[in-house]
Amino acid sequence: METRTTDLAPVGKRNPQREAVVENLQYLTFNLAGESYGVDILKVQEIRGWVPVTKVPNAPVFVRGVMNLRGAIVPVVDLRLRFGLESVEYTKITVVIVVTVHAEQGDRIIGMVVDGVSDVLNINNAADIKEAPNFGAAASTEFINGLVALDSGMVMLLDVDRLLSVEEMFSLETMRSSSSQAMAHAS
Amino acid sequence: MAIDIGQFVQTFFDESLEGLDIMEAGLLALPPGAADLEKINTIFRAAHSIKGGSGTFGFSEVTNFTHAMETLLDKMREGRLVVTSEAVNTLLESVDCLREMLVSLREQAAIDETQAENLRARLLRLLEQKETATSQATKAEKPSAPSPPPPSPETTDWRIEFLPHAQLMHSGNDPVRIFRELSTLGKLAVRADYHRLPRLADMNPEDCYLSWELELRGDASREAVAEVFAWVEDECDLRIEPLAGPAAPETQASTPSAAPETQASSEETHQGELVLERRKSNDRRKGDRRASAAADSGSIRVNIDKVDAVINLVGELVTTQSMLSALGTDFEMNRLDKLHEALDQLDRNTRDLQEHVMRIRMLPVSSVFSRFARIVHDVGGKLGKQVELIINGEQTEIDKTVIEKIGDPLVHLVRNSLDHGLEPPEERIQQGKPETGNIMLDAYHKSGSIFIEVGDDGRGLDRDALLRKGLENGLLKPGEDYSDEQIYELIFHPGLSTAKQISDVSGRGVGMDVVRRNIQDVGGNIQIASERGRGTKITICLPLTLAILDGQLVTIGQDCYIIPLLSIIESVQARNEMVNRVAGKNEVLRFRGEHLPILRLYELFGAQGAQTDLEKGLLVVVEADGRQVGLFVDDLLGQQQISIKSLEKNFRRVPGVAGATILGDGRVGLILDISGLIRINHAI
Amino acid sequence: MATILVVDDSASMRQMVEFTLKEAGHQVMVAEDGQVALNIAQGAPADLVITDVNMPNMDGITLIKELRALPAYKFTPILTLTTESTAEKKMEGKGAGATGWIVKPFNPEKLLATVNKVLG
Repeated sequence: METRTTDLAPVGKRNPQREAVVENLQYLTFNLAGESYGVDILKVQEIRGWVPVTKVPNAPVFVRGVMNLRGAIVPVVDLRLRFGLESVEYTKITVVIVVTVHAEQGDRIIGMVVDGVSDVLNINNAADIKEAPNFGAAASTEFINGLVALDSGMVMLLDVDRLLSVEEMFSLETMRSSSSQAMAHAS
Repeated sequence: MAIDIGQFVQTFFDESLEGLDIMEAGLLALPPGAADLEKINTIFRAAHSIKGGSGTFGFSEVTNFTHAMETLLDKMREGRLVVTSEAVNTLLESVDCLREMLVSLREQAAIDETQAENLRARLLRLLEQKETATSQATKAEKPSAPSPPPPSPETTDWRIEFLPHAQLMHSGNDPVRIFRELSTLGKLAVRADYHRLPRLADMNPEDCYLSWELELRGDASREAVAEVFAWVEDECDLRIEPLAGPAAPETQASTPSAAPETQASSEETHQGELVLERRKSNDRRKGDRRASAAADSGSIRVNIDKVDAVINLVGELVTTQSMLSALGTDFEMNRLDKLHEALDQLDRNTRDLQEHVMRIRMLPVSSVFSRFARIVHDVGGKLGKQVELIINGEQTEIDKTVIEKIGDPLVHLVRNSLDHGLEPPEERIQQGKPETGNIMLDAYHKSGSIFIEVGDDGRGLDRDALLRKGLENGLLKPGEDYSDEQIYELIFHPGLSTAKQISDVSGRGVGMDVVRRNIQDVGGNIQIASERGRGTKITICLPLTLAILDGQLVTIGQDCYIIPLLSIIESVQARNEMVNRVAGKNEVLRFRGEHLPILRLYELFGAQGAQTDLEKGLLVVVEADGRQVGLFVDDLLGQQQISIKSLEKNFRRVPGVAGATILGDGRVGLILDISGLIRINHAI
Repeated sequence: MATILVVDDSASMRQMVEFTLKEAGHQVMVAEDGQVALNIAQGAPADLVITDVNMPNMDGITLIKELRALPAYKFTPILTLTTESTAEKKMEGKGAGATGWIVKPFNPEKLLATVNKVLG
């Protein structure tokens, strides 16, 4: 079984010289359905190529299954599905960003499938991060910590602790299925 | 040279907690009235060691407290004090108190001084009472170190007459050593007196015939001088007097210990300060300290034999590896047999290694059983019941994780037996039973599982009362015929108990349902046998180890699942005429005269592209908790030994799934939770 | 540098004494009770024995008597480790043939001072 680790130099390591600068923040940015998102690089464990996963019964649709990460069982979440977007077929450049998600029960390791990884974004001044307005982006604003405007466009900074909270994913699922049932009844 | 003794503190805590267990076990085995010298000695020794260590490591509260216990035990040991049950109980409480103190100190938390002080006072009272009672006017040996006589501040020059007895050297002492030490106190002049020296022919070269007159000039105190001679005071005649000035009264060097004691006590106060500093103000919740004392062990003590066995196996593995790499360097097809042979060997080595490594995690069940002597003693006493605890198979080894999880359920079962099972003595006599009731604990291995039994010879379960309750609660249907097992099963139902309930002993809000759940959580199950008037026996069946199991791989659609081999009874190909469809959904297979519920796993798991035709797939008949069900799968794959990984760690618990594993191809396989599936099926 | 036999049933005391003496450059043999110590002593001489009194299997007092019966240990200094500061308890060891005693609790400095005193 071959796993591909995308060759992105700065992942997981901060430039030691920059560390000294007080407000230096680094985000790994990635694409999803034509939009750009960022995740705090300290949360990122590694980036891997997509490998088939094992389905978990009765899990929410966006939980694609679990994978073997060096002996640990790690759930993989399709971020497109998580945001309620149309799924696309996985290709060679589909990647899984493995992140640490903080939870009450202890930290979890979770993989998220994205369309592709772009770059590492350095933010030297926290004031560059703007509060997210309530706008009609795919990601509902509750998972967005802030926005950064770049020449190339907007980057939405994700709150992965929130976005990938297992408890929340399941409560969401219950809500959806019960509401769809309710709708079925109504019609 | 500064030596940090802090590095040995952990050892001190470990051995002291062990010592407390020894004391507890010893005290529980101590029959009142009898003076079993050997037993008391063992208890005494444990207390003594704790006292010694605590002083050295600066835990003066522990030293003071243990001193009182030790003094009491010493008196018992010497037969000066009768072993009463009051004394034993006080000592047992002291053991608990000490355990709490040690755990607090280890966690650098505050210790409960009031409790310790109260107990210490009770210990001292016991000492005093009994001392006056046994009119032996023994010189009241003060429980705490005698206060040293005020050291005389007088320092001057000294004249010392030192007449060693002939045997002085036989104790390893040496006058030269003494002189050398004296010379560190001042300027020393030595004059030998050899008039006692016999003729050479009569001389024993091992004896000492010389005596000395010494003059020490320098401002040394009498105590300092006496201290130098402390070790030989019983082996010499000694006079120490000031050289000049007013003739001080002669001292026969009779209080030589004064000096070291002042030193010791000043050290203790000093260490007392250290301890104060050590105590951080975090006011931790006091729980059952015994539990944390035992459970807090991230480490595990392993018998050296087990480690040696692993080392041997690694040696074999290395041999196999070199064999394989030799084969690999210039492999030709005619050596295929050799390759297979080597691979077989590798397979064997791996299995053996795995098994032996798992064995390292195994601990004798005695670590759980040992606490029951105390529980039976305390609870039996409280209930006014006479109880004998019979323990068997305590050397049976169980995985450490399982051991940690079954402690509480077992305590509950034993308390239940004590409270509800055993009758009071009068009732037992009426029944023609011996006054003393029995509680039996047994552990043994059988067919790849571990069995633990908790039994009593008490009144047994009341079948009729249970039946009535079951009917009242609608758990049983009137007019149906129920087996004993089905009725006894009701005690595991939450909120159903026939006992007068909520007694101080067993009614702690935890029911048998919780006990069963805990057992099931570690992959075990629990069964009851009972006979009215004769007693009850509860049998717990546990997996040998949590981490490894033999699994049967099955496919359901695209997915691969694992069924624990131990749960599988057989696999059958169903034919449509064997299947009864009850009310559409509840399918039942008529099989060997039984009606076997069928569970279509693909439906339950929402699997895509799975076989839906019963005749084309397979039914795997599995059993758990005494119930059977047929699991419908597409096909069987191979069997393999798998190591269980947690699905919950990074995800969550999934109903019907016990965990996950990494399959041979590196993918994840899910392990079915048979008990859980049967429960799910029952609920449908 | 001397060879010292340390006997104590308490692991923490044993470790501490052993460590302290080794730090001071001595060679140390350890035993967890009198019987083990006696077995060691029968095979190897020591310049000094430091023994606890209360121990299982063979206590310190018996050990001292047994050691004194061995030619190699007839004059070897033997110190008892005692928690008892009363004269009676100290003398118990002396009566059996001990050279002297070290009163617990003690710290490494005190231990080394006493050892140096005996070894010279």
